[in-house]
Amino acid sequence: MLEITDLTKSYGRGPAAHTAIAGVNLSVAQGELVSIVGPSGCGKSTLLRCIAGLVHPTSGRVMLRGVPVDDVPDGLAVVLQDYGRSLYPWLSVRDNVAMPLRRTTRGRAPRRKAADAALAAVGLPDAGDKYQWQLSGGMQQRVAIARALACEPLLLLMDEPFGSVDAQTREDLEDLVLGIRRERDITILVVTHDIDESVYLGDRVIVLTAGPGRVRADLPVNLPAPRGQIETKELAEFVRLRTEVSRLVRSRDEREGVGQTTTAAADAHGPGPEVPASRQ
Amino acid sequence: MSWTRIRWATRWAVLVAGVAGWQLWASRAGSSFFPPPSKIVARMYHLWFSGPVAHVFLTSDAIGNILPSLGRIFAGLAIATAIGVPLGIALGRSPAVTAYLNPLLQFARALPVVTMAPVFIVLFKIGTQMEVATIAFGTVWPILLNTIDGAASVDPVQLETARAFRLSRWERLVMVIVPASLPKAFAGFRLSLSLSLILMVFAELVGSSDGIGYEMGNATNSFDTTLLWSTIVLLGILGYLLNGLLSGAERRVLGWHSANRRD
Repeated sequence: MLEITDLTKSYGRGPAAHTAIAGVNLSVAQGELVSIVGPSGCGKSTLLRCIAGLVHPTSGRVMLRGVPVDDVPDGLAVVLQDYGRSLYPWLSVRDNVAMPLRRTTRGRAPRRKAADAALAAVGLPDAGDKYQWQLSGGMQQRVAIARALACEPLLLLMDEPFGSVDAQTREDLEDLVLGIRRERDITILVVTHDIDESVYLGDRVIVLTAGPGRVRADLPVNLPAPRGQIETKELAEFVRLRTEVSRLVRSRDEREGVGQTTTAAADAHGPGPEVPASRQ
Repeated sequence: MSWTRIRWATRWAVLVAGVAGWQLWASRAGSSFFPPPSKIVARMYHLWFSGPVAHVFLTSDAIGNILPSLGRIFAGLAIATAIGVPLGIALGRSPAVTAYLNPLLQFARALPVVTMAPVFIVLFKIGTQMEVATIAFGTVWPILLNTIDGAASVDPVQLETARAFRLSRWERLVMVIVPASLPKAFAGFRLSLSLSLILMVFAELVGSSDGIGYEMGNATNSFDTTLLWSTIVLLGILGYLLNGLLSGAERRVLGWHSANRRD
């Protein structure tokens, strides 16, 4: 589905240049939900923007279903952290959701219908006529998710999607994402700084090193489905994984010794980091 | 009575008390320079608003002077908007060009429009053409500079989102950049509106054969202070009404913006 090879992105030139990510390798299979975590400033967002074709990598490449990404590809949708800024306040909620459909769906009526269906799917069936400022933060983020779902993407990229909502809302939204994933044949990449969230949501957790970002570890998450906020989070396996991820995110001092992937993770539980290639 | 109603009533009470005080003082003093409001209102009524029903009570004097003045204001503002908004959006989205042009823009804006009037008298025919040119030249700057500011400060997240959803350049312009720039453009237009009244009066004082400014000039020359005060009060009322109209339009177009800022 998604194949990332030696992806490097630097901003600026000369001595002032800043390298956000340096040689990221990652492959994601169809239908997987992959969490990406890392210390702040590890280039998580840059990685996501490169995948989305919004930013051109300095070197390396991104292949989506065998096609190199050099502009925003078809079948891709994004949900950004700043839901309040990514929704258009001058459009009604329905028009916000319908906007990306302009490319794919002809006619206003079918677009509105698709928008209403997407809003219903995120639990906001009656919000179509409202405006952004009439909704709470969590509801606004649901609208952003509905907008992403409306164009029926194959790949959904989420950049710290629940970073600015309260804990309860956050759990609801996490379960919403898991629900969407169960119902649709969709591949999801979630960038987050929340370790619990990365383990709770992911089939795999990718841990990046501090900037410039590289893949430090690639941990499979073998938690039973369906997951639940209480049942899953009390499992010994969940606790073990979150501790593991937490340790990997925090241990900056080991950075020099760590190459593309970590050995600590591999030692801990069998086939770790190098697995993804075979998952294709 | 709700609080808003009480506030509203208090506001009008202050106005009424002010006018009453003026009336009392002016009729006592009996100065020919400061006629009492009752005289001014009576004069305004006879001169402009005692016309036939078919003309919405406007007299021929009103039709011959107030309407041309309003026409010039609208023409001047229309030209200023037609130039200022598209140019402002184009410049706002191209910071490099704006950086080069900025000294020029600041210089042109700093020119007192009043000093440009003689140039316009030479360039255009004296009368409506020159007056509209003066108003347009004076009012284009607030609109242009504010629109540049608005277009330059469109939230990059909104633009990136539009790009991620593969909107074309044209769609991004029409659906994101223009609406996002509108609040600032409106703010500029509000400044231009009050400027346009001033410029209208000035241009008509300089060279015109009709209009409110022309009537004002006549009143001054013939020492008709009541007429002079009548035109001043009329200008005040026009300014108030035009501003009210603009606020109404703003609420319709930018309802989302004020609602957004409230929380």
